[in-house]
Amino acid sequence: MAMIERFANPNRFLTLTRPLVPWLGGLTLLSLGAGLYLGLFQAPADYQQGESVRIMYVHVPAAWMAMFCYTSMAISAAVGLIWKHPLADVAGKATAPVGAVFTFLALATGSLWGKPMWGTWWVWDARLTSMLILFFLYIGYMALSNAFDNPQRGAKAAAILALVGFINVPIIKFSVDWWNTLHQPASVIRMDGPSIHPSMLWPLLLMAIGYTLFYLWVLIIRMDADVTAGKIRALRQRRVHG
Amino acid sequence: MNTISSFLDMGGYAAFVWPSFGLSAVLLIGIFVISVRTLKANHATLDALNNEAERASPSEGPAQGET
Amino acid sequence: MMRRFSLLVRRDLRLAQRQGLDSLMVVMFFVIAVVLFPFGVGPEPGILARIAAGVIWVAALLSTMLSLERLFLTDYEDGSLELLALSPVTLEVLVLAKVIAHWLTTGLPLIIAAPLLAVLLNMDADGFWVLIGALALGTPTLSLLGAVGAALILGSRRGGVLLSLLILPLFIPVLIFGVSAVDSAIGGYAIKAQFLILGGLFVFALPLCPWAAAAGIRQSLE
Repeated sequence: MAMIERFANPNRFLTLTRPLVPWLGGLTLLSLGAGLYLGLFQAPADYQQGESVRIMYVHVPAAWMAMFCYTSMAISAAVGLIWKHPLADVAGKATAPVGAVFTFLALATGSLWGKPMWGTWWVWDARLTSMLILFFLYIGYMALSNAFDNPQRGAKAAAILALVGFINVPIIKFSVDWWNTLHQPASVIRMDGPSIHPSMLWPLLLMAIGYTLFYLWVLIIRMDADVTAGKIRALRQRRVHG
Repeated sequence: MNTISSFLDMGGYAAFVWPSFGLSAVLLIGIFVISVRTLKANHATLDALNNEAERASPSEGPAQGET
Repeated sequence: MMRRFSLLVRRDLRLAQRQGLDSLMVVMFFVIAVVLFPFGVGPEPGILARIAAGVIWVAALLSTMLSLERLFLTDYEDGSLELLALSPVTLEVLVLAKVIAHWLTTGLPLIIAAPLLAVLLNMDADGFWVLIGALALGTPTLSLLGAVGAALILGSRRGGVLLSLLILPLFIPVLIFGVSAVDSAIGGYAIKAQFLILGGLFVFALPLCPWAAAAGIRQSLE
Protein backbone atom coordinates (compact mmCIF):
# COMPACT_ATOMS: atom_id res chain seq x y z
CA MET A 1 0.00 0.00 0.00
CA ALA A 2 2.84 2.36 0.81
CA MET A 3 3.95 2.27 -2.79
CA ILE A 4 0.51 3.28 -4.01
CA GLU A 5 0.19 6.05 -1.47
CA ARG A 6 3.43 7.58 -2.64
CA PHE A 7 1.77 8.27 -5.95
CA ALA A 8 -1.26 9.88 -4.35
CA ASN A 9 0.20 13.32 -4.85
CA PRO A 10 1.16 12.71 -8.49
CA ASN A 11 -2.37 11.45 -9.02
CA ARG A 12 -3.80 14.76 -7.91
CA PHE A 13 -1.36 16.49 -10.21
CA LEU A 14 -2.50 14.36 -13.12
CA THR A 15 -6.20 14.93 -12.49
CA LEU A 16 -5.46 18.65 -12.43
CA THR A 17 -3.30 18.73 -15.54
CA ARG A 18 -4.96 16.15 -17.80
CA PRO A 19 -7.81 18.51 -18.76
CA LEU A 20 -5.19 21.08 -19.74
CA VAL A 21 -3.64 18.85 -22.39
CA PRO A 22 -6.07 19.58 -25.25
CA TRP A 23 -6.01 23.30 -24.44
CA LEU A 24 -2.24 23.39 -24.45
CA GLY A 25 -2.21 21.50 -27.72
CA GLY A 26 -4.66 23.92 -29.31
CA LEU A 27 -2.79 27.00 -28.11
CA THR A 28 0.53 25.52 -29.25
CA LEU A 29 -0.75 24.91 -32.76
CA LEU A 30 -2.41 28.32 -32.85
CA SER A 31 0.66 30.33 -31.90
CA LEU A 32 3.00 28.21 -34.02
CA GLY A 33 0.63 28.62 -36.97
CA ALA A 34 0.44 32.37 -36.51
CA GLY A 35 4.20 32.62 -35.99
CA LEU A 36 4.92 30.58 -39.11
CA TYR A 37 2.49 32.62 -41.17
CA LEU A 38 3.95 35.94 -40.05
CA GLY A 39 7.50 34.67 -40.26
CA LEU A 40 7.26 33.12 -43.70
CA PHE A 41 4.84 35.48 -45.45
CA GLN A 42 4.66 38.81 -43.66
CA ALA A 43 8.08 39.49 -42.19
CA PRO A 44 10.51 41.25 -44.54
CA ALA A 45 13.74 39.72 -45.76
CA ASP A 46 16.87 41.11 -44.19
CA TYR A 47 18.78 43.61 -46.33
CA GLN A 48 22.04 41.81 -45.57
CA GLN A 49 21.08 38.18 -45.12
CA GLY A 50 18.16 38.10 -47.54
CA GLU A 51 15.53 35.39 -47.11
CA SER A 52 17.89 33.20 -45.09
CA VAL A 53 17.07 35.34 -42.07
CA ARG A 54 13.81 33.38 -41.79
CA ILE A 55 15.80 30.53 -40.26
CA MET A 56 15.93 32.77 -37.22
CA TYR A 57 12.28 31.96 -36.49
CA VAL A 58 13.11 28.33 -35.78
CA HIS A 59 16.69 28.79 -34.60
CA VAL A 60 16.39 31.46 -31.90
CA PRO A 61 13.34 29.96 -30.12
CA ALA A 62 15.05 26.55 -30.11
CA ALA A 63 18.15 28.08 -28.53
CA TRP A 64 16.01 29.84 -25.94
CA MET A 65 14.17 26.63 -25.14
CA ALA A 66 17.47 24.74 -24.82
CA MET A 67 18.42 27.05 -21.95
CA PHE A 68 14.89 27.22 -20.57
CA CYS A 69 14.61 23.44 -20.38
CA TYR A 70 17.99 23.11 -18.70
CA THR A 71 16.98 25.74 -16.16
CA SER A 72 13.71 23.99 -15.39
CA MET A 73 15.60 20.71 -15.11
CA ALA A 74 17.93 22.28 -12.54
CA ILE A 75 14.98 23.78 -10.63
CA SER A 76 13.23 20.39 -10.59
CA ALA A 77 16.48 18.83 -9.40
CA ALA A 78 16.77 21.32 -6.54
CA VAL A 79 13.13 20.81 -5.53
CA GLY A 80 13.54 17.05 -5.73
CA LEU A 81 16.70 17.02 -3.63
CA ILE A 82 15.66 19.56 -1.01
CA TRP A 83 11.96 18.83 -0.52
CA LYS A 84 12.05 15.26 -1.86
CA HIS A 85 9.00 15.99 -3.96
CA PRO A 86 8.41 12.90 -6.13
CA LEU A 87 6.96 14.96 -8.99
CA ALA A 88 10.13 17.03 -9.29
CA ASP A 89 12.17 13.98 -10.28
CA VAL A 90 9.51 13.03 -12.79
CA ALA A 91 9.50 16.56 -14.25
CA GLY A 92 13.28 16.63 -14.60
CA LYS A 93 13.37 13.27 -16.29
CA ALA A 94 10.53 14.25 -18.63
CA THR A 95 12.20 17.53 -19.55
CA ALA A 96 15.61 16.18 -20.56
CA PRO A 97 14.77 14.59 -23.93
CA VAL A 98 12.67 17.59 -24.97
CA GLY A 99 15.50 19.93 -24.03
CA ALA A 100 17.98 17.77 -25.90
CA VAL A 101 15.79 17.94 -29.02
CA PHE A 102 15.61 21.73 -28.77
CA THR A 103 19.38 21.93 -28.32
CA PHE A 104 19.96 19.70 -31.30
CA LEU A 105 17.57 21.84 -33.35
CA ALA A 106 19.41 24.99 -32.31
CA LEU A 107 22.67 23.40 -33.46
CA ALA A 108 21.31 22.02 -36.72
CA THR A 109 19.44 25.18 -37.75
CA GLY A 110 22.41 27.27 -36.66
CA SER A 111 24.59 25.22 -38.95
CA LEU A 112 22.07 25.56 -41.80
CA TRP A 113 21.99 29.31 -41.21
CA GLY A 114 25.76 29.50 -40.93
CA LYS A 115 26.44 27.82 -44.27
CA PRO A 116 25.16 30.72 -46.44
CA MET A 117 26.37 33.36 -43.95
CA TRP A 118 29.82 32.04 -43.09
CA GLY A 119 30.43 29.78 -46.04
CA THR A 120 30.95 26.69 -43.85
CA TRP A 121 28.62 24.37 -41.99
CA TRP A 122 30.34 24.85 -38.70
CA VAL A 123 32.18 27.76 -37.14
CA TRP A 124 33.51 27.63 -33.60
CA ASP A 125 31.35 30.58 -32.78
CA ALA A 126 30.88 31.18 -29.06
CA ARG A 127 27.12 30.63 -29.16
CA LEU A 128 27.21 27.46 -31.21
CA THR A 129 30.05 26.05 -29.11
CA SER A 130 28.17 26.71 -25.88
CA MET A 131 25.11 25.02 -27.41
CA LEU A 132 27.23 22.00 -28.32
CA ILE A 133 28.49 21.67 -24.74
CA LEU A 134 24.93 22.10 -23.46
CA PHE A 135 23.94 19.24 -25.74
CA PHE A 136 26.64 17.06 -24.13
CA LEU A 137 25.31 18.00 -20.69
CA TYR A 138 21.83 16.85 -21.73
CA ILE A 139 23.22 13.58 -23.07
CA GLY A 140 25.11 13.02 -19.82
CA TYR A 141 21.98 13.66 -17.78
CA MET A 142 19.91 11.22 -19.82
CA ALA A 143 22.64 8.56 -19.81
CA LEU A 144 23.00 8.81 -16.03
CA SER A 145 19.28 8.75 -15.27
CA ASN A 146 18.91 5.59 -17.38
CA ALA A 147 22.01 3.84 -16.04
CA PHE A 148 20.48 2.36 -12.89
CA ASP A 149 18.24 -0.63 -12.39
CA ASN A 150 16.27 1.40 -9.88
CA PRO A 151 14.83 4.40 -11.72
CA GLN A 152 14.47 6.44 -8.52
CA ARG A 153 18.16 6.12 -7.83
CA GLY A 154 18.86 7.23 -11.40
CA ALA A 155 16.63 10.26 -10.94
CA LYS A 156 18.49 11.27 -7.76
CA ALA A 157 21.95 10.90 -9.30
CA ALA A 158 20.84 12.78 -12.42
CA ALA A 159 19.40 15.55 -10.25
CA ILE A 160 22.77 16.10 -8.58
CA LEU A 161 24.40 16.14 -12.02
CA ALA A 162 21.85 18.66 -13.29
CA LEU A 163 22.66 21.00 -10.41
CA VAL A 164 26.42 20.65 -10.88
CA GLY A 165 25.95 21.23 -14.60
CA PHE A 166 23.73 24.23 -14.01
CA ILE A 167 26.35 25.87 -11.78
CA ASN A 168 28.89 25.14 -14.49
CA VAL A 169 26.90 26.53 -17.42
CA PRO A 170 27.83 30.21 -16.77
CA ILE A 171 31.47 29.21 -16.20
CA ILE A 172 31.52 27.25 -19.45
CA LYS A 173 29.80 30.11 -21.27
CA PHE A 174 32.33 32.59 -19.90
CA SER A 175 35.33 30.45 -20.80
CA VAL A 176 34.01 29.72 -24.29
CA ASP A 177 33.46 33.46 -24.87
CA TRP A 178 36.99 34.17 -23.67
CA TRP A 179 38.43 31.43 -25.87
CA ASN A 180 36.42 32.68 -28.82
CA THR A 181 37.54 36.31 -28.61
CA LEU A 182 41.09 35.02 -28.25
CA HIS A 183 40.96 33.11 -31.50
CA GLN A 184 38.54 35.15 -33.59
CA PRO A 185 39.04 38.83 -32.91
CA ALA A 186 37.02 40.07 -35.88
CA SER A 187 33.53 38.70 -35.55
CA VAL A 188 31.60 37.68 -38.66
CA ILE A 189 27.88 38.25 -38.98
CA ARG A 190 26.36 37.50 -35.63
CA MET A 191 23.75 34.83 -35.24
CA ASP A 192 21.14 37.02 -33.62
CA GLY A 193 21.10 39.01 -36.82
CA PRO A 194 21.38 42.73 -37.25
CA SER A 195 19.04 45.04 -35.35
CA ILE A 196 15.67 43.37 -35.34
CA HIS A 197 12.82 45.11 -37.10
CA PRO A 198 9.49 45.09 -35.23
CA SER A 199 7.85 43.12 -38.03
CA MET A 200 10.43 40.41 -37.31
CA LEU A 201 9.86 40.59 -33.58
CA TRP A 202 6.24 39.46 -33.65
CA PRO A 203 6.77 36.16 -35.46
CA LEU A 204 9.82 35.53 -33.30
CA LEU A 205 7.80 36.12 -30.15
CA LEU A 206 4.91 33.95 -31.36
CA MET A 207 7.28 31.13 -32.25
CA ALA A 208 8.93 31.38 -28.84
CA ILE A 209 5.54 31.23 -27.10
CA GLY A 210 4.56 28.31 -29.32
CA TYR A 211 7.76 26.44 -28.44
CA THR A 212 7.21 27.07 -24.72
CA LEU A 213 3.61 25.83 -24.92
CA PHE A 214 4.78 22.82 -26.89
CA TYR A 215 7.26 22.03 -24.16
CA LEU A 216 4.56 22.24 -21.47
CA TRP A 217 2.24 20.11 -23.58
CA VAL A 218 4.80 17.35 -24.08
CA LEU A 219 5.99 17.73 -20.48
CA ILE A 220 2.55 16.87 -19.07
CA ILE A 221 2.20 13.92 -21.43
CA ARG A 222 5.66 12.60 -20.53
CA MET A 223 5.09 13.09 -16.80
CA ASP A 224 1.79 11.22 -17.06
CA ALA A 225 3.59 8.39 -18.85
CA ASP A 226 6.34 8.27 -16.24
CA VAL A 227 3.96 8.29 -13.27
CA THR A 228 2.01 5.48 -14.93
CA ALA A 229 5.22 3.54 -15.44
CA GLY A 230 5.93 3.97 -11.72
CA LYS A 231 2.51 2.54 -10.87
CA ILE A 232 3.14 -0.41 -13.17
CA ARG A 233 6.46 -1.11 -11.43
CA ALA A 234 4.86 -0.84 -8.01
CA LEU A 235 2.07 -3.27 -8.98
CA ARG A 236 4.50 -5.76 -10.48
CA GLN A 237 6.77 -5.58 -7.46
CA ARG A 238 3.87 -6.16 -5.14
CA ARG A 239 2.82 -9.16 -7.17
CA VAL A 240 6.29 -10.68 -6.99
CA HIS A 241 6.59 -10.08 -3.26
CA GLY A 242 3.02 -11.24 -2.64
CA MET B 1 2.30 30.70 -60.00
CA ASN B 2 5.37 32.84 -60.15
CA THR B 3 4.87 34.07 -56.61
CA ILE B 4 4.64 30.51 -55.32
CA SER B 5 7.84 29.42 -56.97
CA SER B 6 9.64 32.58 -55.87
CA PHE B 7 8.37 31.96 -52.35
CA LEU B 8 9.62 28.39 -52.44
CA ASP B 9 12.94 29.63 -53.80
CA MET B 10 13.48 31.82 -50.71
CA GLY B 11 15.73 34.21 -52.61
CA GLY B 12 18.11 31.39 -53.45
CA TYR B 13 18.33 30.19 -49.85
CA ALA B 14 15.74 27.41 -50.25
CA ALA B 15 18.35 24.72 -49.57
CA PHE B 16 18.92 26.18 -46.10
CA VAL B 17 15.57 27.62 -45.09
CA TRP B 18 13.35 24.62 -45.86
CA PRO B 19 15.57 21.99 -44.25
CA SER B 20 15.65 24.14 -41.10
CA PHE B 21 11.89 24.30 -40.91
CA GLY B 22 11.50 20.70 -42.02
CA LEU B 23 13.95 19.31 -39.49
CA SER B 24 12.35 21.32 -36.70
CA ALA B 25 8.93 19.99 -37.66
CA VAL B 26 10.10 16.38 -37.97
CA LEU B 27 11.92 16.30 -34.63
CA LEU B 28 9.23 18.12 -32.65
CA ILE B 29 6.47 15.96 -34.10
CA GLY B 30 8.69 12.95 -33.53
CA ILE B 31 9.19 13.54 -29.82
CA PHE B 32 5.50 14.33 -29.47
CA VAL B 33 4.45 11.07 -31.14
CA ILE B 34 6.93 9.04 -29.07
CA SER B 35 5.67 10.62 -25.86
CA VAL B 36 2.01 9.99 -26.69
CA ARG B 37 2.74 6.40 -27.71
CA THR B 38 4.59 5.70 -24.46
CA LEU B 39 1.72 7.22 -22.52
CA LYS B 40 -0.88 5.10 -24.31
CA ALA B 41 1.18 1.92 -23.95
CA ASN B 42 1.70 2.55 -20.24
CA HIS B 43 -1.99 3.24 -19.65
CA ALA B 44 -2.89 0.02 -21.49
CA THR B 45 -0.41 -2.00 -19.42
CA LEU B 46 -1.68 -0.52 -16.18
CA ASP B 47 -5.29 -1.23 -17.09
CA ALA B 48 -4.41 -4.81 -18.01
CA LEU B 49 -2.58 -5.30 -14.71
CA ASN B 50 -5.48 -3.87 -12.74
CA ASN B 51 -8.00 -6.06 -14.56
CA GLU B 52 -5.88 -9.12 -13.87
CA ALA B 53 -5.64 -8.23 -10.20
CA GLU B 54 -9.38 -7.72 -9.98
CA ARG B 55 -10.09 -11.08 -11.53
CA ALA B 56 -7.58 -12.80 -9.27
CA SER B 57 -8.94 -11.32 -6.04
CA PRO B 58 -12.17 -9.36 -6.46
CA SER B 59 -12.23 -8.16 -2.87
CA GLU B 60 -8.93 -6.36 -3.18
CA GLY B 61 -9.64 -5.03 -6.64
CA PRO B 62 -11.07 -1.56 -6.17
CA ALA B 63 -8.17 -0.37 -4.02
CA GLN B 64 -5.75 -0.95 -6.87
CA GLY B 65 -8.17 0.09 -9.55
CA GLU B 66 -8.10 3.75 -8.60
CA THR B 67 -6.17 5.78 -11.07
CA MET C 1 40.13 15.99 13.03
CA MET C 2 43.34 16.72 11.13
CA ARG C 3 44.80 13.45 12.33
CA ARG C 4 41.81 11.48 11.10
CA PHE C 5 42.01 13.34 7.82
CA SER C 6 45.67 12.54 7.26
CA LEU C 7 44.95 8.95 8.26
CA LEU C 8 42.34 8.77 5.52
CA VAL C 9 44.70 10.23 2.94
CA ARG C 10 47.46 7.86 3.96
CA ARG C 11 45.08 4.90 3.85
CA ASP C 12 44.21 5.73 0.25
CA LEU C 13 47.84 6.29 -0.69
CA ARG C 14 48.73 2.92 0.82
CA LEU C 15 45.89 1.28 -1.10
CA ALA C 16 47.08 2.91 -4.30
CA GLN C 17 50.58 1.69 -3.62
CA ARG C 18 49.41 -1.83 -2.91
CA GLN C 19 47.35 -1.95 -6.08
CA GLY C 20 50.74 -1.54 -7.62
CA LEU C 21 51.60 0.48 -10.61
CA ASP C 22 48.33 2.31 -11.14
CA SER C 23 49.81 5.77 -11.22
CA LEU C 24 52.70 4.59 -13.39
CA MET C 25 50.14 3.25 -15.87
CA VAL C 26 48.35 6.57 -15.90
CA VAL C 27 51.60 8.36 -16.68
CA MET C 28 52.39 5.84 -19.40
CA PHE C 29 48.97 6.43 -20.93
CA PHE C 30 49.64 10.17 -20.78
CA VAL C 31 52.99 9.77 -22.55
CA ILE C 32 51.69 7.38 -25.21
CA ALA C 33 48.62 9.51 -25.94
CA VAL C 34 50.84 12.54 -26.53
CA VAL C 35 53.35 10.56 -28.59
CA LEU C 36 50.53 9.51 -30.94
CA PHE C 37 50.12 13.09 -32.13
CA PRO C 38 53.33 13.42 -34.16
CA PHE C 39 52.20 10.27 -36.01
CA GLY C 40 48.82 11.86 -36.58
CA VAL C 41 49.82 15.34 -37.70
CA GLY C 42 53.36 14.73 -38.93
CA PRO C 43 56.74 15.43 -37.34
CA GLU C 44 57.07 19.03 -38.50
CA PRO C 45 58.50 20.95 -35.49
CA GLY C 46 56.51 24.12 -36.20
CA ILE C 47 53.13 22.38 -36.15
CA LEU C 48 54.02 20.34 -33.07
CA ALA C 49 55.19 23.42 -31.20
CA ARG C 50 51.95 25.18 -32.10
CA ILE C 51 49.70 22.40 -30.75
CA ALA C 52 51.96 21.25 -27.89
CA ALA C 53 50.14 22.98 -25.03
CA GLY C 54 46.72 21.84 -26.22
CA VAL C 55 47.80 18.25 -26.81
CA ILE C 56 49.46 17.95 -23.41
CA TRP C 57 46.42 19.42 -21.67
CA VAL C 58 43.92 17.21 -23.50
CA ALA C 59 46.04 14.14 -22.75
CA ALA C 60 46.18 15.22 -19.10
CA LEU C 61 42.37 15.43 -18.96
CA LEU C 62 42.00 11.97 -20.46
CA SER C 63 44.62 10.47 -18.16
CA THR C 64 42.86 11.96 -15.14
CA MET C 65 39.64 10.30 -16.32
CA LEU C 66 41.30 6.89 -16.42
CA SER C 67 41.82 6.49 -12.71
CA LEU C 68 38.67 8.28 -11.60
CA GLU C 69 36.27 5.39 -12.08
CA ARG C 70 37.82 3.48 -9.20
CA LEU C 71 37.98 6.46 -6.86
CA PHE C 72 35.03 5.25 -4.77
CA LEU C 73 34.12 2.07 -6.62
CA THR C 74 36.46 -0.36 -4.84
CA ASP C 75 35.37 0.94 -1.43
CA TYR C 76 31.75 0.83 -2.54
CA GLU C 77 31.93 -2.75 -3.72
CA ASP C 78 33.68 -4.19 -0.67
CA GLY C 79 31.37 -2.29 1.67
CA SER C 80 34.04 -0.17 3.33
CA LEU C 81 32.44 2.99 1.98
CA GLU C 82 29.40 2.24 4.12
CA LEU C 83 31.62 1.87 7.18
CA LEU C 84 33.46 5.07 6.36
CA ALA C 85 30.13 6.85 6.00
CA LEU C 86 29.19 5.72 9.53
CA SER C 87 32.47 6.95 11.01
CA PRO C 88 32.63 10.33 12.78
CA VAL C 89 34.38 11.90 9.80
CA THR C 90 31.78 13.55 7.57
CA LEU C 91 31.48 12.32 4.01
CA GLU C 92 32.59 15.68 2.61
CA VAL C 93 35.90 15.36 4.42
CA LEU C 94 36.22 11.77 3.28
CA VAL C 95 35.74 12.90 -0.31
CA LEU C 96 38.38 15.59 0.13
CA ALA C 97 40.83 13.02 1.49
CA LYS C 98 40.12 10.76 -1.48
CA VAL C 99 40.60 13.66 -3.89
CA ILE C 100 43.95 14.56 -2.35
CA ALA C 101 45.10 10.95 -2.59
CA HIS C 102 43.89 10.83 -6.20
CA TRP C 103 45.74 14.01 -7.06
CA LEU C 104 48.94 12.80 -5.41
CA THR C 105 48.82 9.54 -7.36
CA THR C 106 47.60 10.97 -10.69
CA GLY C 107 47.92 14.74 -10.99
CA LEU C 108 51.38 15.05 -9.53
CA PRO C 109 52.98 12.37 -11.74
CA LEU C 110 51.39 14.03 -14.78
CA ILE C 111 52.95 17.36 -13.83
CA ILE C 112 56.34 15.70 -13.50
CA ALA C 113 56.01 13.99 -16.89
CA ALA C 114 54.68 17.07 -18.71
CA PRO C 115 58.01 18.90 -19.31
CA LEU C 116 59.44 15.81 -20.95
CA LEU C 117 56.50 15.71 -23.35
CA ALA C 118 56.87 19.44 -23.95
CA VAL C 119 60.43 18.73 -25.11
CA LEU C 120 59.24 15.92 -27.40
CA LEU C 121 56.67 18.26 -28.95
CA ASN C 122 59.25 20.99 -29.43
CA MET C 123 57.38 23.43 -27.24
CA ASP C 124 58.92 26.85 -26.78
CA ALA C 125 61.03 26.97 -23.60
CA ASP C 126 59.15 30.07 -22.41
CA GLY C 127 56.11 27.90 -21.81
CA PHE C 128 57.70 25.21 -19.62
CA TRP C 129 57.26 26.75 -16.20
CA VAL C 130 53.89 28.15 -17.12
CA LEU C 131 52.77 24.69 -18.25
CA ILE C 132 53.89 23.20 -14.95
CA GLY C 133 52.24 26.00 -12.99
CA ALA C 134 48.99 25.77 -14.95
CA LEU C 135 48.88 22.00 -14.53
CA ALA C 136 49.60 22.35 -10.82
CA LEU C 137 46.71 24.76 -10.49
CA GLY C 138 44.35 22.95 -12.88
CA THR C 139 44.72 19.25 -12.10
CA PRO C 140 43.37 19.54 -8.51
CA THR C 141 40.21 21.04 -10.00
CA LEU C 142 40.02 18.09 -12.38
CA SER C 143 40.30 15.64 -9.48
CA LEU C 144 37.60 17.54 -7.57
CA LEU C 145 35.18 17.59 -10.51
CA GLY C 146 35.99 13.97 -11.23
CA ALA C 147 35.08 12.98 -7.68
CA VAL C 148 31.52 14.19 -8.33
CA GLY C 149 31.27 11.98 -11.40
CA ALA C 150 32.84 9.04 -9.61
CA ALA C 151 30.27 9.36 -6.81
CA LEU C 152 27.33 9.61 -9.19
CA ILE C 153 28.12 6.45 -11.14
CA LEU C 154 28.29 4.21 -8.04
CA GLY C 155 26.01 1.24 -8.59
CA SER C 156 25.27 2.04 -12.22
CA ARG C 157 25.69 -0.12 -15.26
CA ARG C 158 28.62 0.77 -17.58
CA GLY C 159 30.35 3.11 -15.13
CA GLY C 160 33.57 4.10 -16.85
CA VAL C 161 32.24 5.30 -20.21
CA LEU C 162 29.38 7.01 -18.45
CA LEU C 163 31.82 8.83 -16.18
CA SER C 164 33.70 10.36 -19.10
CA LEU C 165 30.42 11.45 -20.67
CA LEU C 166 29.44 13.25 -17.47
CA ILE C 167 32.74 14.82 -16.57
CA LEU C 168 34.59 15.74 -19.75
CA PRO C 169 32.23 18.63 -20.65
CA LEU C 170 32.80 20.05 -17.17
CA PHE C 171 36.57 19.94 -17.74
CA ILE C 172 36.37 22.39 -20.65
CA PRO C 173 36.91 25.64 -18.68
CA VAL C 174 40.08 24.24 -17.07
CA LEU C 175 41.30 23.17 -20.50
CA ILE C 176 40.62 26.56 -22.06
CA PHE C 177 42.43 28.59 -19.42
CA GLY C 178 45.23 26.07 -18.93
CA VAL C 179 46.10 26.08 -22.63
CA SER C 180 45.59 29.82 -22.92
CA ALA C 181 48.08 30.47 -20.12
CA VAL C 182 50.80 28.48 -21.88
CA ASP C 183 50.08 29.98 -25.30
CA SER C 184 50.10 33.50 -23.89
CA ALA C 185 53.41 32.93 -22.15
CA ILE C 186 54.95 31.65 -25.40
CA GLY C 187 53.51 34.61 -27.30
CA GLY C 188 54.95 36.99 -24.72
CA TYR C 189 51.63 38.15 -23.29
CA ALA C 190 50.50 38.50 -19.69
CA ILE C 191 49.35 35.30 -18.02
CA LYS C 192 48.04 36.72 -14.79
CA ALA C 193 44.37 36.61 -15.82
CA GLN C 194 44.49 32.93 -16.79
CA PHE C 195 46.19 31.98 -13.54
CA LEU C 196 43.71 34.00 -11.52
CA ILE C 197 40.83 32.26 -13.25
CA LEU C 198 42.38 28.81 -12.84
CA GLY C 199 42.86 29.62 -9.17
CA GLY C 200 39.30 30.90 -8.99
CA LEU C 201 37.98 27.69 -10.51
CA PHE C 202 39.90 25.69 -7.92
CA VAL C 203 38.66 27.82 -5.02
CA PHE C 204 35.13 27.49 -6.38
CA ALA C 205 35.35 23.73 -6.82
CA LEU C 206 37.02 23.11 -3.46
CA PRO C 207 33.88 23.44 -1.30
CA LEU C 208 31.24 22.61 -3.93
CA CYS C 209 32.60 19.38 -5.40
CA PRO C 210 33.09 17.48 -2.12
CA TRP C 211 29.60 18.54 -1.14
CA ALA C 212 28.06 17.30 -4.40
CA ALA C 213 30.12 14.11 -4.33
CA ALA C 214 29.08 13.42 -0.74
CA ALA C 215 25.44 13.89 -1.77
CA GLY C 216 26.02 11.37 -4.57
CA ILE C 217 27.58 8.86 -2.20
CA ARG C 218 24.68 9.24 0.24
CA GLN C 219 22.26 8.48 -2.60
CA SER C 220 24.20 5.36 -3.50
CA LEU C 221 24.21 4.05 0.08
CA GLU C 222 20.48 4.54 0.65
